[in-house]
Amino acid sequence: MRQPLLALLAKEPAHGYELKLALEQTFGAAYPSPNIGQIYVTLKRLEADGLVRSQDVEQTTRPNKRVYELTEAGREAVAAWVDEPSDGPRIRDEFFAKLILAPRAGLADQMELINKQRHHYYRLMRGLNELQESRGRQDTAARLLLEGTRLHLQADLDWLERCQEELV
Amino acid sequence: MTGAEQTPGPAPAPTPVMLRTRKLVKEYRADGLCVEALRGVNVELAFGEFVAVMGPSGSGKSTLLHVVGGLADATSGEIWLRGQRVDRLSKRDWAIQRRRHIGYVFQTANLLSTMTVADNVELPAILSGVSARQARQRREELLDDLGLTDKARAAPARLSGGEQQRVALARALAHHPSLLLADEPTGNLDSANTRDVLRLLRRTHAEGQAILLVTHDARVASNADRVINLYDGMVADDWSFG
Repeated sequence: MRQPLLALLAKEPAHGYELKLALEQTFGAAYPSPNIGQIYVTLKRLEADGLVRSQDVEQTTRPNKRVYELTEAGREAVAAWVDEPSDGPRIRDEFFAKLILAPRAGLADQMELINKQRHHYYRLMRGLNELQESRGRQDTAARLLLEGTRLHLQADLDWLERCQEELV
Repeated sequence: MTGAEQTPGPAPAPTPVMLRTRKLVKEYRADGLCVEALRGVNVELAFGEFVAVMGPSGSGKSTLLHVVGGLADATSGEIWLRGQRVDRLSKRDWAIQRRRHIGYVFQTANLLSTMTVADNVELPAILSGVSARQARQRREELLDDLGLTDKARAAPARLSGGEQQRVALARALAHHPSLLLADEPTGNLDSANTRDVLRLLRRTHAEGQAILLVTHDARVASNADRVINLYDGMVADDWSFG
């Protein structure tokens, strides 16, 4: 959450609710929607770390709003984040640990575990399809995010197949 | 009439399903080698049901589709279509049943290059006994659904790969087949064309079309009511979306 907020603020100063809307509109329905409380907590921490600063802006008809902007340190932190490569695929996979360890303890059958996990992925895939259909035409970023998630799911399913071929 | 009337008749036939295979076996023999592509597959498809068949390459999923669709003969086992055992029919009768009741779509469109798009779609309908007028109506409806109305008079070669595949799907559905057999119908398509093909599959299924579809793409399979996984020529998993 920290980095995307910093990146949004690198474009222009904003208050908490604007940041929440910007995340939702850019990444669409598949993106876990941040709740406003989470955003304020994160902004407070960023401020304590010296990466953003804020000031109250008076509004005539409403309560004041607190507008955040990046500090010089915040700008450097965003630049460093943009510059470094992001994490690759996970090595620590919870399902894989189950698949290997549970049968050794006599707790489960590998083929059953694989099938159960497969069904879970099919359901997730269907959910993603429905999300896409219900949205009609989406922004490119939101559509690509969905597509990426689907490709990851497909890779997980292909991997289950490999596990089935070699283990069962 | 006598008391003999009380004698119970033959056991009632099981509820007819669209498609049923029993202990289906397919062996390929070449140079003294025997490969068992299907090793006793029991599959059932209800009327109007959409079933996806998945599995690693070599698991027998395409073979299953070919044998069920009469494109290859079974080595042993039974195939029932709409309550009728079809693997025992004469070649000619089986061909008539297929033309009437089955539509096919494959990974490549295989349109007839010397005919227009419209004629490609209408031909199988006319071959299956539909009147020329009905065939034309159905063709117009399908091409309209697929956004291809303005291509009706074009030669297939003038169409993009995605458009050709959509025409192939329209052709497969033109005669209102009881069963659509689809082998990797989106295998060569990009994401946008895949979406269009899936949309039509979903819509025809919602109208009652039974579909048996082979794919390795979970995005495609997750549109089905049920997913069967084949492994090594056998059913390893048969699961319905709840």
